[in-house]
Amino acid sequence: MTRIRFQQSLDELKEQLLVMAGLAEQAIQRAIEAYRVRDLSICDLVNRSEMAINRLEREIDQAALDLLAMEQPTAIDLRFILSVIKINADLERVGDAAKNITERVRGMEQMAIVDLPVDIPRMATLASEMVRKSLQAFIEGDAELARTVLTMDDAVDVMNRAAYKSLTALMAEQCHLAPQALNALMIARILERVADHATNIAEDVIFWVQGDDVRHNKKMKTVPDPHAME
Amino acid sequence: MGVGIEVSNLNAWYGTNHTLQEINLNIPANHATALIGPSGCGKSTFVRCINRMHETNPIARVTGKVLIGDLDIYADAKPVEIRRRVGMVFQRPNPFPTMSIYDNVAAGLKLNGYTNRRALDEIVEKSLKNSALWDEVKDNLRKESGASLSGGQQQRLCIARALAVDPEVLLMDEPASALDPVSTSKIEDLIFQLKSQYTIVIVTHNMQQAARVAEKTGFFLNGRMVEFDTTHKIFTNPSDKRTEDYITGRFG
Repeated sequence: MTRIRFQQSLDELKEQLLVMAGLAEQAIQRAIEAYRVRDLSICDLVNRSEMAINRLEREIDQAALDLLAMEQPTAIDLRFILSVIKINADLERVGDAAKNITERVRGMEQMAIVDLPVDIPRMATLASEMVRKSLQAFIEGDAELARTVLTMDDAVDVMNRAAYKSLTALMAEQCHLAPQALNALMIARILERVADHATNIAEDVIFWVQGDDVRHNKKMKTVPDPHAME
Repeated sequence: MGVGIEVSNLNAWYGTNHTLQEINLNIPANHATALIGPSGCGKSTFVRCINRMHETNPIARVTGKVLIGDLDIYADAKPVEIRRRVGMVFQRPNPFPTMSIYDNVAAGLKLNGYTNRRALDEIVEKSLKNSALWDEVKDNLRKESGASLSGGQQQRLCIARALAVDPEVLLMDEPASALDPVSTSKIEDLIFQLKSQYTIVIVTHNMQQAARVAEKTGFFLNGRMVEFDTTHKIFTNPSDKRTEDYITGRFG
């Protein structure tokens, strides 16, 4: 075995990303808990996590950049580093999403807690599970597990559309509930984006492990070639 | 213009050592093809079989078929004719030390009985321009010896010498491994320009060099061709685990 130092650097990069992943996943769960119980002290915890995530994002990008510049990786190592850079960006956006949820929670501090026709905790559980599974796939280098995440995204999309339909209907019928409904709608939208980031991470894992680019596959056949367009 | 190279069932030996085993390969015309692999894998032996240099060693032996264009080099061609059509550049620049720059480039032509002075002048100038050396040596063509040039210039002089006899194929065995990064970059730029006119086969230990200059790459291991594919495929997602292990530095 040669290039031992390089392999150690790749392992360290993976560990750094997993630390960040843990923070991002925890941030989403805490943000939803803050929403559920309207607890601003939890929002503060999420904000601190988000700052730590931002810092890690820069450190990971720098470490990946150094490896690209100094080691000239190829094949599976090159795909790994590219995937890390992209997963890093997605995890940072998951951290942002958690913070955005807490901003909604802060805005709802003075509002009464009402029953709304949307199950935000369930949607959050599903989105978090997607993040967790995609990261598990990353830890184990398991492309098949990553593929199961792709199929879960549709369920979150369906829930988001259902939330939009029921909450806009509620706002039309009961105007006094519009502030709460609007916040819930925005949180549902944020969770749908979290699921998208989990999907991106799963796609990056597949690319790293198998070299297959599975992004946009459903739509790709109907999209015109941009190079042929003026 | 360059021609394609078709290699079928090529085997080579040094004494009892079976250094090349059943190589089958089509090298496309007017492209650069890189050959990579650990030391002793057979890649240099392979290129030496393409211009019949391998058999110059008394204990060496070759079987199989190599077509340079339509020419079956082991059936119906003389080694001297083949080496005119297949130029070779070695790892260490080897200009003729006692000859001037001009005579170095013209040596192959003179050896082939070329005496027309004006035609020689034109070919020397064209070859030195094609090897990107003309501007640096044009004022001292006959005054300076080839050995007085820097390592990078000497290597480009050797390329000019190879081009002067108007070959169809240019074999390069680690042409930049003894050169500094600036000279290496000039050689790589040169390969990039020359491949539209010649079929280039380059043996290299430098992975990035292969990735930069060649459209196709072949990976040799223990005398066998493990994988031959587009350079893009080899360096981003090779089909064979052994190729991946080698290019990622896991062995070799």
